[in-house]
Amino acid sequence: MVDLTTQIGSLTLKNPIMPASGTFSEELAQLFDLECLGAHVTKTITREKRSGNPTPRVCEVRGSMLNSIGIPSKGLDAFKANVIPFYERYSAPLIVSISAGSADEFASLCEDISVPGVAAIEVNISCPNIEEDGKAFAMRPSTTYAVMQKLRQATDLPLWAKLTPNTGETTEVAKAAEEAGADALVVSNTLLAMAIDIHTRRPKLGNLMGGLSGPAFKPIALRMAYQCAKSVNIPVIGCGGISTVEDVIEYLIAGAVAVQIGTATFLEPKIMVRMIDGLDAYLKSQGFQTVGQLVGSVEDEEASDGLVFMEAAP
Amino acid sequence: MSVVTFPKSPVQTEMTPVFEVSCTVKRNDPVNGEYRQLVLYAPQSILDCAPGQFFHLLCPITEQLQPFLRRPMSIYGFYPEKGELHFLYKVTGEGTSALATLTAGQSLNVLGPLGHGFDILPDWQNLLLVARGVGLATLAPLALQAHRLGRNLTAICSARSEDMLMSLDYFRDLGAEIIPITDDNGSSDMANLRHIIEAKIADTGIDAMYTCGSNRILKLLQTLGEIHNIPGQIALEQQMACGIGMCQCCVRAFRRDGKTVNERVCREGPVFDLQEAIGW
Repeated sequence: MVDLTTQIGSLTLKNPIMPASGTFSEELAQLFDLECLGAHVTKTITREKRSGNPTPRVCEVRGSMLNSIGIPSKGLDAFKANVIPFYERYSAPLIVSISAGSADEFASLCEDISVPGVAAIEVNISCPNIEEDGKAFAMRPSTTYAVMQKLRQATDLPLWAKLTPNTGETTEVAKAAEEAGADALVVSNTLLAMAIDIHTRRPKLGNLMGGLSGPAFKPIALRMAYQCAKSVNIPVIGCGGISTVEDVIEYLIAGAVAVQIGTATFLEPKIMVRMIDGLDAYLKSQGFQTVGQLVGSVEDEEASDGLVFMEAAP
Repeated sequence: MSVVTFPKSPVQTEMTPVFEVSCTVKRNDPVNGEYRQLVLYAPQSILDCAPGQFFHLLCPITEQLQPFLRRPMSIYGFYPEKGELHFLYKVTGEGTSALATLTAGQSLNVLGPLGHGFDILPDWQNLLLVARGVGLATLAPLALQAHRLGRNLTAICSARSEDMLMSLDYFRDLGAEIIPITDDNGSSDMANLRHIIEAKIADTGIDAMYTCGSNRILKLLQTLGEIHNIPGQIALEQQMACGIGMCQCCVRAFRRDGKTVNERVCREGPVFDLQEAIGW
């Protein structure tokens, strides 16, 4: 038997496969038993009801997709009344994703969502669609530190900071989050992107721009997860373009202790179940006894810090 | 706003099973210049469908065509007795072009059945269906269901020209009264359509109206529904990603209780109350 459990701070997950926020909800229980997942991660909520962005909210590009959904939310009260109770039937830990427009609002929501049934809070400090000027907290180390410090004071639950790829300061932002008290990093959210219909000359998304996700984005998010794992001592959860069990393995080798699966679930709703089985088979075939033996096993001993942390393509 | 209160049939719960299965293609033939009919051999598990529901299709990848997301497609026919699932589609983009490459014996991964379909309430005896173009495909299984329930159905089928009128035999074989209207002979204009419907209301009466695919027809039916106090339903479309209600991509706005509300086409729809729908 291979031990698939993985440790994220104080939380033990029965396997390292979990959904990415926004690509998972109660409805997926119509396709398989959600109990099998390492954790459950809900779609980002805000305190107030929000209707989200104009349509079209999704379009596809070669081998990937763009979305600009804009965090529609039924609000905190509806979430506490309807969503948290649904997940009480499962033993898999419930991770609640939250967002807000200012550090103070963020902290106050964080405090109010720290209720029984919630195992950890993923703070979406990276969504590229929400901030008025398009600049998310996690673009800069200073704003990351400021918001994470307030969040840290607001809850005793584990805090996972979801980082953005829309930054040139990947490791500085990661270290700022760690220093301010994050328990783990989720690397990463989607990359700001655009597509235009050449016949109508209209942007393909109602919001003009949106986040790139899917296989085309994977090498970018993998690079960031690797850099973050190298630069902080807290666990890194890989997220971005993972669509096969080979992608899962690659992220673990890069240093992620767990992974989140998003866009791939839209194409194959049961893909996470297959990945758990596939990971188990791979570890067995390679003679590993635990997932932990694979994590961070990348063969890069000779590389200098200059190489590992570079922020420009050579 | 809504003059007719509409009792919705139960929405799917989190535990209603949805299936992702590979089906074998029986045939995939052109119907006319623009449309093709895809017939799949399907397991019984996915054939417990309601008219108006849809499947989310993982279109094949070819050298030239690489659709990424699944494509939602309304059910044209479902036949548990012969184990078949039918789709009628117009080849327009990358997804449907890829679908058109399928040949007998190949497999197609389908996810479904999905969404909230058409309702036929017990006291709705005289049903009117008005559709244009590929909207007819979505309404076809409603005609089958009306036939199975022994209801009277009038189908007003609209198209650009006589030869683009599809599914007339299909509706006729189900005992429906067919009224074809076309742009070519001018019979499809809204004034004439209104005249036809109001004559029908005066004659036998209409208990419910169903439509799909045309903004102008939607507006006409909303007007007539208000004047004559007739309920109705419309099947709507939107760009989708997940198809099962997770991603919130496919919302549309509706009028309800004096407010505008967003609903997911994949989940609360694709069939909605006629008066709540907002034109596009």
